[in-house]
Amino acid sequence: MAPLQTPLLKTNGLVAYYGDFQALFGVDIELDVDETVAIIGANGAGKTTLMRSIAGILRNAATSVSFDGRPIGAQPADEIMTQGVAMVPEGRRLFPSLSVEENLLIGTYGRKSRGYWTLDTVYDLFPILRERRNNPGTALSGGQQQMVAIGRALMSNPRVLLCDEISLGLAPVVIKDIYKAVPAIKAAGASLIVVEQDIAQAMAFADRVYCMMEGRVTLSGTPDTLSRNDIHDAYFGASQ
Amino acid sequence: MIWVDTVIQGILLGGLYALFASGLSLVFGIMRLVNLAHGDLIVMGAYLILVLVTILGLSPFLAALIAMPVMFCLGWVLQKFLLNRTLGDDILPPLLVTFGLSIALQNALLETFSADSQRLPTSALTTASVQAGPVSLGVMPLLTFGSAILVIVALNQLFYRTELGRAFRATSDDPTTASLMGIKPANIFATATGIAFVIVTIAALYLGLRANFDPNIGPARLIYAFQAVIIGGLGSLWGTLLGGVIIGVAQTLGAAINPEWQILAGHFAFLLVLLVRPRGLFPRAND
Repeated sequence: MAPLQTPLLKTNGLVAYYGDFQALFGVDIELDVDETVAIIGANGAGKTTLMRSIAGILRNAATSVSFDGRPIGAQPADEIMTQGVAMVPEGRRLFPSLSVEENLLIGTYGRKSRGYWTLDTVYDLFPILRERRNNPGTALSGGQQQMVAIGRALMSNPRVLLCDEISLGLAPVVIKDIYKAVPAIKAAGASLIVVEQDIAQAMAFADRVYCMMEGRVTLSGTPDTLSRNDIHDAYFGASQ
Repeated sequence: MIWVDTVIQGILLGGLYALFASGLSLVFGIMRLVNLAHGDLIVMGAYLILVLVTILGLSPFLAALIAMPVMFCLGWVLQKFLLNRTLGDDILPPLLVTFGLSIALQNALLETFSADSQRLPTSALTTASVQAGPVSLGVMPLLTFGSAILVIVALNQLFYRTELGRAFRATSDDPTTASLMGIKPANIFATATGIAFVIVTIAALYLGLRANFDPNIGPARLIYAFQAVIIGGLGSLWGTLLGGVIIGVAQTLGAAINPEWQILAGHFAFLLVLLVRPRGLFPRAND
């Protein structure tokens, strides 16, 4: 079921290490234009490592990640971001010395932002942030902080948005609020890779799902072709 | 009345120490780098101004203006190609490298300019004074203090009102996440050191106008700068000014009692503040 056009983003036998510890063993994933891909898997499966490798925090072989047909695997994070791949990092990682508004503005550092997302459109997406604009980012609730982290990544008008565990540690009602923003983000022209622990949530919004276990992709497909048993096996490795 | 005069002279002297300290404070605040060569860099700046004055026949103020961009570039290159390599979880490498730099600078200056003490040429301005009631204020100390306040106001504006300032604070908080925002931490650090070198040049100008200098006086300037930064609380620029003033007042009061006590009184004031407020007067919350 290979797509006819070149994928927007693609990993190619991606391997990653933390020192001597190998965290990824040849991961191949693809993201097409306007697609939303979910990556599911247990803790330690390598989901965050995959995100950090794509974003350039972990440097890899040049050809192991390609964006728009160009090899970007060996580029540093700042260069990857200026080409149009933004990340909402795990744990939100707001800058404690910056206000909410400054946290958003830092997303456009050194560039004229061209596109739909500006301070105003981000505030329209998450109106509570407009009220809290002058508060320190870290004075907000967890859900509001997550909104700042998403808004900060959107401010660069990315073509690919990587979201790492955006619902981690949040109340279900807050998670619903945050996922309500996904259609607007897609409408503005971003394709998404979302790491999500909640399988039901992932199945509900993703066009395609990859399941990872122990640094490898163990299952992939569209939500309607994957049975709960397939996923259970891919998730926990309890096949047969 | 003599005491009022002494305290005011001390406050103005504090401006000089705040100038010594601001560059140190800036660099430490952004990248947690303690530059042990800071004092020697000030002395080097004074020699650079002296060379420009001698060769081009300029006034020291004009020479300092020309020296500033030169020093900015030097700082940028030093940070980008040497000091950035020392940054990391371990605090020892930057200390060792800047300590080595300090020794190398002192010897290079000694080799080039000899151990003779030098002074920037004085004009009428350097000895002029204004009368404020019963107290006579030197124009040069007033200029020094005014420059210190200007530098600190300018740095605060830069930090809290500009895009570069936002990038400084963000990179200081978390370089990895800053790089996800398209920021190159290595270049941000280089720019910060470049700006610190511009402040070093201003400090060097007043050092050379107010007193003699020779290649060996750097480490003592570093100590005063350190004390001002620590008294103020690490990373607080206004605290640094206050720290400089406390050392300056303590030194002039000590000297008024007995000239032998001038330097010692400054050190005592430093120890006293540390005893009462071990983290300085205005410590940053998240250090």
